[in-house]
Amino acid sequence: MGAGHGHRLHFHGHSVVHRAPAHLKILALLAFVLVVVATPRDWYAAYAVHLAILLGVVAASRVPLGYLLPRMVIEVPFLLFAALIPFIAEGPQVAVALPGGWELSVSEPGLLAAWGLAAKGTLGVLASLTLAATTEPDAVLRGLQRLRMPELLVQIMAFMVRYLDVVTADLGRMLTAMRSRGADPRSPRHWPALARTLGALFVRSYERGERVHLAMLSRGYDGRLPDVEGAR
Amino acid sequence: MTPVLDLQGVAFAYPDGHQALFGVDLHVHPGERVALLGPNGAGKTTLVLHLNGILSAESGHGAGSVRVSGLPVTKKNLAEIRRRVGIVFQDPDDQLFMGSVRADVAFGPANLGLRGAALDKRVMDALEQVGMAEFADRPPHHLSFGQRRRVAVATVLAMEPEILVLDEPSSNLDPASRRELADILRSLDVTVLMVTHDLPYALELCPRSVVLSGGRVVADGRTYDVLTDDELMRAHRLELPWGFDPRSIPVDSLPG
Repeated sequence: MGAGHGHRLHFHGHSVVHRAPAHLKILALLAFVLVVVATPRDWYAAYAVHLAILLGVVAASRVPLGYLLPRMVIEVPFLLFAALIPFIAEGPQVAVALPGGWELSVSEPGLLAAWGLAAKGTLGVLASLTLAATTEPDAVLRGLQRLRMPELLVQIMAFMVRYLDVVTADLGRMLTAMRSRGADPRSPRHWPALARTLGALFVRSYERGERVHLAMLSRGYDGRLPDVEGAR
Repeated sequence: MTPVLDLQGVAFAYPDGHQALFGVDLHVHPGERVALLGPNGAGKTTLVLHLNGILSAESGHGAGSVRVSGLPVTKKNLAEIRRRVGIVFQDPDDQLFMGSVRADVAFGPANLGLRGAALDKRVMDALEQVGMAEFADRPPHHLSFGQRRRVAVATVLAMEPEILVLDEPSSNLDPASRRELADILRSLDVTVLMVTHDLPYALELCPRSVVLSGGRVVADGRTYDVLTDDELMRAHRLELPWGFDPRSIPVDSLPG
């Protein structure tokens, strides 16, 4: 399996965490996230314990934090939203001293809500990234299958994993073609063209889906992906 | 001898009313390698999709009959028909949809009910035939285009078809990959129907050619005779690449 050829989120290794069965890792992640979400926001010590456990697992997996942290940028929109809450929430105000003698008045429940959102979000994202870094996408899917996830959903996810790169490459080529004809996809002036490109990408992907389905039918597909685990 | 493919009066119109085929008769006998030539829009793809029952008189407005080694293509026989007719589509990314080369090649035979060691052997045999055995555990999207095309051929060979149908096998291949694929196709002991615009490739691999134009078969004969019939070629928008002249090729290097 994937000798240095795994998915972008995957970090190749042979640690205990890498070797653990995927379905157990998925269950552990689910349990961890549920516990974190259920922890009241003001049990600060509990969050320290959660973080310690998580960092323990990361250390055991020998995935460097320097690999995981940059991939956490996906969380930034949530953090921005969390940062806004103290300024827009109602309730008793509390003054926060700023350097230079200034004082900032923010909502106290808002501050607590922001802390909760940021802490729970960060723990959840870091835990999920750890799963992704230690488990091949294929293994995650097989784990879900063992956990009796409905077959159709597993199939849909499998195709998403398989075709993500193909569709991304399609989009990359279309954007290059746009740039080659003097349009900058980033400039708002060219957003209408970008929107049409995305529409075309959707149609292309839809048509590809139909061709893939034809190819599957041609090889005897009957609505159920065969278990090809025997072939290894 | 029962022909592998036996098409009689196959006509087909798409639901939007566009008529693609107007009564096609075609026979392909065991062991033959036949090229299906024709300009864009001639109905080649529509014809190919009739061969394994994706399209049929039952699914649209059509007529005629298709038999594969004597077995009529009907809903009842679809599973067996799709085992007998292996279609390799033009874009390997459409054909390779599983997580690894091995799982992809196993998909067809597993649908036929093979399991365990028998399945494993079928998979590795097919990969050997196209020279891709060492890539069995790689994800398909990490292979080069030429390698993916070869794996696509293996996915179909693994079903041990009676006829291999290839849609534009040489498209988008670099000359070396194109030649390697030709070597592989020549080495296979299977009947081949090859849809192509690559006329030198047809001449190199297929002793016989069928020309489809406007939904009808307009020529059926030795590839050399078809390609050197200037009037026929002009009438059906077939053109040889610049500088290529079939007459300049030594007769004993032609297949057949």
